[in-house]
Amino acid sequence: MKISRAAWAVPLALIITGCLPKAEAPGPGTPSLPPPLSAEGDFGATLQAALITARPGDTIVMPEGTFSLADPLSLDIEKVTLRGAGQGKTVLDFAQQSGAGEGLLVTSDDVTLMDFTVRDTKGDGIKSKGADRITYRYLTVEWSGEPDENNGAYGVYPVESKDVLVENVTVRGASDAGIYVGQSSNIIVRNSIVEFNVAGIEIENSTGADVYGNIARNNTGGILVFDLPDLPVSGGNSTRIFANQIQANNTRNFAPAGNIVASVPSGTGVIIMANRNVHVFDNAFENNRSAQVLVMAYSLPFTDEAYNPLPRDIVVRANRYAGGGDDPQGDLAPLAAALGGTLPPIVWDGVTALPGAEAPVDVNLTIGEADDVGFLSLGIPAYPIDPAAIRPSAERPAGMPQAEPAAIVLAQDGA
Amino acid sequence: MRWAVLLLAGFLGACSLGKAPGPDLAVILAEAPAENLSDYGLFSDITAARPAKGVVPYSLVNPLFSDHADKHRFVFVPEGEAAAYSAGDVFTFPVGTVLVKTFAFAPDMRAPEDGAFRVETRLLIHKEAGWTAFAYIWNEAGTEAVYSPIGGHRTIGTVTPTGVPLTINYAVPNQNQCKTCHQAGDVISPIGPKARNLNRDGQLDDWAARGLLEGLAPDAPAAPAVFDVSLPIEARARAWLDINCAHCHKPDGSASNSGLVLSATETDPVKVGIGKRPVAAGRGAGSLFQGIVPGAPDRSILAYRMSSVEPGIAMPELGRSVPDPEGLALVRDWIAQMETQ
Repeated sequence: MKISRAAWAVPLALIITGCLPKAEAPGPGTPSLPPPLSAEGDFGATLQAALITARPGDTIVMPEGTFSLADPLSLDIEKVTLRGAGQGKTVLDFAQQSGAGEGLLVTSDDVTLMDFTVRDTKGDGIKSKGADRITYRYLTVEWSGEPDENNGAYGVYPVESKDVLVENVTVRGASDAGIYVGQSSNIIVRNSIVEFNVAGIEIENSTGADVYGNIARNNTGGILVFDLPDLPVSGGNSTRIFANQIQANNTRNFAPAGNIVASVPSGTGVIIMANRNVHVFDNAFENNRSAQVLVMAYSLPFTDEAYNPLPRDIVVRANRYAGGGDDPQGDLAPLAAALGGTLPPIVWDGVTALPGAEAPVDVNLTIGEADDVGFLSLGIPAYPIDPAAIRPSAERPAGMPQAEPAAIVLAQDGA
Repeated sequence: MRWAVLLLAGFLGACSLGKAPGPDLAVILAEAPAENLSDYGLFSDITAARPAKGVVPYSLVNPLFSDHADKHRFVFVPEGEAAAYSAGDVFTFPVGTVLVKTFAFAPDMRAPEDGAFRVETRLLIHKEAGWTAFAYIWNEAGTEAVYSPIGGHRTIGTVTPTGVPLTINYAVPNQNQCKTCHQAGDVISPIGPKARNLNRDGQLDDWAARGLLEGLAPDAPAAPAVFDVSLPIEARARAWLDINCAHCHKPDGSASNSGLVLSATETDPVKVGIGKRPVAAGRGAGSLFQGIVPGAPDRSILAYRMSSVEPGIAMPELGRSVPDPEGLALVRDWIAQMETQ
């Protein structure tokens, strides 16, 4: 049995405090919390003041209640924990927000956000930028009402950060991605629920991510692993997507046109685009009407010379598939129509040529599924699509499975 | 011995006639900001806001648009010290430097002195540990400004410089929002006081003559005045983007993750937005496909976001709650005259 340092430090702390005059005893394993902020008056001003005057190591506790905030919030002090009374119990409602691009912005390291709800922000829900070792835990970020292209883009949005932990989070209604991790490294997204977003979870231009134990349902696309050109950080690689439930991601695509996810066909479970060393295994795919798994190249023109638009070293193995592929949407619809109207669980665009290059590249795609799991290469040689050149094939490519990346370990992950 | 001096200083400080006029370095360099703007001694007459000795007014070639505010800038550099000149970067100011910016409005901005009232004064102070930013909000009477770390709002009725009646929900930034724009990597930094922005009407020579600036080179660069129509439109538009956008849209700025770099010195067309697809813009992209579509301002996300005042769409995200028609027209004209590809 492994005993962590934290585990034996607790009894020691209890012994020491036991010698002191008896104060209110903290519950086992939970340090006592400071009293919650006052809910009286202008709560937004009270909370923002607390976020500005906090000292490293402080915990700021928000009371139970729904609070309408007119201004965005921001935190720039390291080692601060901001917590509420629970998801749906402490609700920060931004429907009346003026100014800024998100509800809460974190720009400091070692911050933990937990136990509250952020609702109806005008832009993104919670963004953290350059905020290493951040933890998002037991949070809800949601936009009320039906999926709407006027909803904010991202629900939970860590970017340009190292060591990101997102767990037990629920995001609904994002017009881009519910949980979006961009230009970051060492990432865990687990045990979360994403629904009615355009993309449920998106790992973009990032290195080293474990995405597991999540439920991605009723989004347009369930879980996306992308790499895009013309960004300060690209070359995304080494992501494992495993033990997720990826169900009925058949919501219409309500992303504003122009954004990359606006091209996601409604009804896709997982999309791997232009990323390297991505492993998809032990997931349960159900009833994603376009395709359960779509592997594809970046299809638009670009000038970024460092950018590779092809997916490489991809492994799809040991997943369970039920239904799906029966009503392909978006760009997949005309292709599927030419092939009889339906698509098998695993679809690859078949692109093997870099733009402007004739010679094919070995993208090394491994399909490690039972023989009865259908596979289709659309046989598109290159983008833009030339219909006359398409050569579909059900033959699986003979990939050599890339070694699976090691599990992500995060310093702040005491579990 | 030392504590005796301190005791004496404290004694003198306690009696009104002991306080020397002029900027108080002890207040300027204290770890915590002073409660009142007047505590710094930056002005000899706080109501008239006449600068104290050693506090020098200055102006920029192109000011950042801030809801039509009339801005009054002052610089204080401790006596006997000077800023070090740089051709490309913000000057290196010594510890103890204070950059002062007062935001004022008038009932009619065509006559900005008539009935003018100050709303806030921002101090950027170079403390021992680096630059820090503080906002002070003026009282209604205009007799004192109080430190306001959480910012604030004020509704202002005015007529714009072009004669348009306007109600402004003016936002004073909070402490963190100050940093959003003044971020340079892990530290905060002044934005305006670079050679190219200060080089007007002999201002740099004046700074050198006053001893504020050392190392001034004879060939200091100068930003083109953005509304001087005798100058090439590309240079003017790029200068406008530089002063209004590049404090965030630079490689070590708050908007670095967008990959959109609007500094006047950026030479990669895609980084400037030409043919660049949106990344994290969401509805801010306005269902448009590229930052700048040459020849087509109506299809350019840059112009779309500049034209909006809606949170989540409007750019800049902070400091602008009403349209900036002149800036928008300039950028649109620049995009319109670009050769289509």
